[in-house]
Amino acid sequence: MPYLRFQNVGISAIAGVVPKRVIDNYHYTHFMTDKEVQTLISMTGIAARRFAEVDTCSSDLCIAAAEKLFSEANVDRNEIDVLLFVSQTPDYRTPPSSMMIADKLRLKKDIGAFDINLGCSGFVYGLHAAFMYASQIEIRKVLLLNGETKSKAYSSRDKATSLLFGDGAAATLVEKVNAANPTIMSMNSNGAGYKHIMMPGGGYRKPSSEETLMEKKYPDGSIRTEEQGAMDGEAVFNFTITDVPKDIKETLMESGLAWDDIDYFVPHQANRFITDHIAKKFKITPEKLLYSLHKYGNTSSVSIPLTIADWFPFGIRQGKTKILLTGFGVGLSWGTVITDLKDCFNCGVGEF
Amino acid sequence: MLHELISLMAECLEKEPEEIKETDEFREYEEWDSLAYLSVIAAIDDAYGLVVPVEDFRSCRTVQALADYVASHKE
Repeated sequence: MPYLRFQNVGISAIAGVVPKRVIDNYHYTHFMTDKEVQTLISMTGIAARRFAEVDTCSSDLCIAAAEKLFSEANVDRNEIDVLLFVSQTPDYRTPPSSMMIADKLRLKKDIGAFDINLGCSGFVYGLHAAFMYASQIEIRKVLLLNGETKSKAYSSRDKATSLLFGDGAAATLVEKVNAANPTIMSMNSNGAGYKHIMMPGGGYRKPSSEETLMEKKYPDGSIRTEEQGAMDGEAVFNFTITDVPKDIKETLMESGLAWDDIDYFVPHQANRFITDHIAKKFKITPEKLLYSLHKYGNTSSVSIPLTIADWFPFGIRQGKTKILLTGFGVGLSWGTVITDLKDCFNCGVGEF
Repeated sequence: MLHELISLMAECLEKEPEEIKETDEFREYEEWDSLAYLSVIAAIDDAYGLVVPVEDFRSCRTVQALADYVASHKE
């Protein structure tokens, strides 16, 4: 679709939250040999992750992130006119979680709130919606919440995914800013690739049944049910090193900027092999490439704001606030955002 | 191209180039797994600016077939 452009809207605050429980990937599974685990970690860069407790949902992590943001960035919760909740692990199949979250956060009663069902591109898609609403004259503040508990959605005996995903949440506040903040956003999708990242059972195409809950063994030796996530790593990899770099290149060109103008590149924390490969294509130096996956893993749509929250106290101190971020994943869907964080109050990452 | 591809595959698979023959079906190598796949695809992209589509790659059985494919599709 055409690019979205904004002048007077920006991210005004950001906060991350991760569960307390640390998963050490070197000792997570006996399903693979030590050598297999080490090879995998050296490629993905994901040495540790955080897992939520059994009774903790994405919405709980999001509420904690939002409360952190309200108190540390000194935000009046009554000024929030729209709440967006991006997640693939909501509390229920129905109702949506966003309204319950708004209620628990004691936001105003007539708030506009809805869920967005997206994975790793979800921060970019969420920013699209948040900036669109915030640019409306009568809208004051938009609260974008990204939350995932992927630990509950994947098999611990799946070679392609069992060492990748972590849990976490991020709260991002979007509103009008005084000084111009030229922002550009792209948004793309290709539904022909819907099978590449998928949970085939438990929806309404193939409702939950004994069959969908039965563990099956796959050709690579992985064991999972149809109600657990599955990823075709080869197809996804090809997508991430063709469509994603193309989109980054075109969006940067459309923005009129060059890589020298970008202070930080914040890719979705898919895995290090993918993101290093993308960075190498653009000759991005390691100081400009931000990572948090070594400690939090791939947290899906949470990974970009979580990385910003984890890193950005440094960036802001140095006056380096121009960022290019890119999200890509399930759908397939992908997008790039170039914006400035000069107005962003960074609350950092807390624990739940 | 064949020799270039053999040395590229040798590096990705941590094998000696002499151990790789053009008639080899590389998926039969003990070192071949999904991570080897990623390494080879990424290395071909680095060297030739070509990302081999999944289906095309699956149709290349031997080292020679892959070398021919890359030779005819590279930038």
